Amino acid sequence: MNIHTNPKKLRGFERYVKVDNVSRRSILKGLGLAGGFVLAAPVMSRPALAAYQTGADKMPHGTVVDPRVFVAIAPDGIVTIVAHRAEMGTGVRTSLPMIVAEEMEADWSRVRVQQAHGDEVKFGNQDTDGSRSTRHYLMPMRQIGASARTMLEAAAAKRWGVPATEVKAVNHEVVHGASGRRIGFGDLAADAAKESVPSVEGLRLKDPKDFRYLGKGQISMVDLRDITVGTARYGADVRLPGLKYAVIARPPVTGGKVVSFDGAEAMKVSGVEKVMEVKGWPWPSKFQPLGGVAVIARNTGAAIKGRDALKIVWDDGANGKYDSVAYRAELEEAARKPGLVVRKEGDVEAALKGADKVIVGEYYLPHLAHVAMEPPVAVADVRGDKAEIWAPVQSAGGTREDVAKTLGIPQENVTVNVTLLGGGFGRKSKCDFAIEAALLSKELGAPVKVQWTREDDVRNGFLHTVSVERIEAGLDKSGKVTAWRHRSVAPSIASTFAANTVHQAPFELGMGLVDMPFEIANVQCENPEAAAHARIGWFRSVSNIPRAFAVQSMVAELAHATKRDPKDMLLELIGSPRIVKLDSVKDLWNYGEPYDSYPIDTARLRKVVELVADKGGWGRSVAKGHGLGIAAHRSFVSYIATIVEVAVDDKGKLTVPRVDTAIDCGTYVNPERIQSQIEGAAIMGLSLAKHGAITFKDGKVQQGNFDDFPLLRIDESPAVTNVYIVPPGPDTPPSGVGEPGVPPFAPALINAIFAATGKRIRALPIGKQLEA
Amino acid sequence: MIKVKINSQEHSWDGDPDLPLLWFLRDEAGLTGTKYGCGQALCGACTVIVDKQAVRACITSVSDVVGREVTTIEGLHPTGDHPVQKAWRQLNVPQCGFCQVGQIMQAAALLIENPKPNHDQIREAMAGNICRCGCYQRIENAVHLASTGV
Repeated sequence: MNIHTNPKKLRGFERYVKVDNVSRRSILKGLGLAGGFVLAAPVMSRPALAAYQTGADKMPHGTVVDPRVFVAIAPDGIVTIVAHRAEMGTGVRTSLPMIVAEEMEADWSRVRVQQAHGDEVKFGNQDTDGSRSTRHYLMPMRQIGASARTMLEAAAAKRWGVPATEVKAVNHEVVHGASGRRIGFGDLAADAAKESVPSVEGLRLKDPKDFRYLGKGQISMVDLRDITVGTARYGADVRLPGLKYAVIARPPVTGGKVVSFDGAEAMKVSGVEKVMEVKGWPWPSKFQPLGGVAVIARNTGAAIKGRDALKIVWDDGANGKYDSVAYRAELEEAARKPGLVVRKEGDVEAALKGADKVIVGEYYLPHLAHVAMEPPVAVADVRGDKAEIWAPVQSAGGTREDVAKTLGIPQENVTVNVTLLGGGFGRKSKCDFAIEAALLSKELGAPVKVQWTREDDVRNGFLHTVSVERIEAGLDKSGKVTAWRHRSVAPSIASTFAANTVHQAPFELGMGLVDMPFEIANVQCENPEAAAHARIGWFRSVSNIPRAFAVQSMVAELAHATKRDPKDMLLELIGSPRIVKLDSVKDLWNYGEPYDSYPIDTARLRKVVELVADKGGWGRSVAKGHGLGIAAHRSFVSYIATIVEVAVDDKGKLTVPRVDTAIDCGTYVNPERIQSQIEGAAIMGLSLAKHGAITFKDGKVQQGNFDDFPLLRIDESPAVTNVYIVPPGPDTPPSGVGEPGVPPFAPALINAIFAATGKRIRALPIGKQLEA
Repeated sequence: MIKVKINSQEHSWDGDPDLPLLWFLRDEAGLTGTKYGCGQALCGACTVIVDKQAVRACITSVSDVVGREVTTIEGLHPTGDHPVQKAWRQLNVPQCGFCQVGQIMQAAALLIENPKPNHDQIREAMAGNICRCGCYQRIENAVHLASTGV
């Protein structure tokens, strides 16, 4: 048994283990921004100003704090700010530039946002996942904005021949208070560009009480209008002269390959131009394409019709027997035996033996598919040793590296244009679809769009893992929990990168298993072995989904067993306000953050529970057939608690009249988008709880589209979702928002169903379980 | 040669008459506002208005719309200020935005048929349109807002 110790390595490619050796000087070479006057000057030093540290600089290529990279000011005063992260609906393309605008005193109505292409040396890390963007970039973006402001002020002071301390940038101009003189940013741009970039240590950041945009929630997404009029450009919307349209038939079993194919019938379809094999990579294939047979046509419809006419003989390979029913039994068996110990405090075995009562909960959560509304799609134009990609990718830098490596050309020769993402949820962190387009374009000598159909997306994706979570809790005579053993068995994401992986990686164990915050004397967490038979990948919230489900269901089960209120039980288990010490955990994964700045703080977890209980009316009387459930979970270093009210009628029909969620995500930028993320998390949580399951038989996914992998629809959605955001303390570091909302939803729902009906659901999805 | 009228403009097509309207719009006519989400009329991302009704372009062939008036998001309102579009912006409905064109076209068709739908009618009419980001609460409120005056 060998547990992986380097979480970065498990991201699979060298770029995650490569040390950023590039000297600051070489980074600064050849800088230039499109359009306008570029603020320019010498190298700045880079220590942090913040009262907290983040893991930002440990990410590949770290952060770049340089106004010359991110800000340009045109003579007409238009300020262009670069958004270097991917927009998939979280609002980050608006929020990060807004932070810069705030600090530089730019007027938002005169700000334009320019999307960065993939270039992590220039822009810093661009891998938009892990709920990291605001967390890692709030301070760097403030520093960039403050640098630009300082340079503008210095230029104005010089022009007027007054000390810089006497001038101040205010709403897109610099003002000299004593004389009342003022100059607009546009008029100052050329002079400001000659100023040296100030050192970060000397920067004067705005007092938060003077913020106009940050924390206010008054600014809409920059793409809002385009979205409503249909001009917002997603990956699927890229059109080039001479563009060919392709769809690919991929192996139905993970690790399978083409033996032979007959494209004669496909070639007869009107509009089909070519049928060709696409290179695939052996299992485990990392982010590389699965291979298969491509149909090239003059439009997507013809390509799909042509693909339907293909005759392909497949070799299913080693995973041809993968069967979800049998696999579940295997996981359950493994969960009932000891496994690799990944956390140990006290003596859980003895404590369970000596307990007055032992409550056992065994929970099952199936595979899920991301099914972003925009299925994977990419356009590539490869000419000679140069490649240009247009794609909805979460990781533009990673896409550039992987395309370059696959084509065997230097990274500098690859341009990755990031479009809007029609949803991401982790699927578009993997750039296999962009590589497919690049390979086809190279072969055809023409620009190619590869469109995944919904069926491709459901059957050939990178699935959320499948897991059995088994918790045994021992109670003493007074009803106090004295022992807690949690075994988590699930195929690891690491299996997508390394053959024979049987244990979960530290970053998976750290998502709700070993970081369990309860104050219990005897705790043991174990990770029995599980082999993967499908591509496993990051899915929004990742392992937190099964862990929060198990842990928070167990809390309510313990409350029931001891005849206590579930919220009181939850608070008792969370225990005293304290910083949780996890000395027994080797390689503790804290979402990549330093523990000093982002510890597990039970006071904050208690607070969201108390806040949601208060605002959400915990304990209120509800109608017959209704019930309330509560759950709380820390993930992506944020704290969140949810109360769900359900109604279950006598036929077992489930409705959700009300959801209340409290989130503590530290210092925040855009509460309006936090609210929308949490509203959406409730929908995704309800969707996966009610409907979500990808299953395998004979190695093949049994679902294909929204008929057999249904998503929640508006007529099933909660009548209302209320969101309460905990106001941050003065130095509370920012933490995640995109993912933390999902994990507590399903257990809160299930606990509410128990309150309403007395039925305890331990396996998702609910499906027809309430109809019996 | 087939002739179809889209947003009051005539387009000709000499390819496969069974080609789904969706791909004709997107790949042949360059009207990419209409989105592909499922290809089986399960998600509503490709919703357009044919005559006065919401139609899923992914299961409608080009030949099906001969002699009819097809309206896509590009033709919904000359300045993009249809009450539904305005309501969408006022309530900051979208997250990723990909499904929103289909949602907006469905809502616009609903308001043609029923200018003052109640919340149940809104939910019923919009139930064919999936939003994976989960903007349903705002969609419902925006349709209501559009029907009561933006």
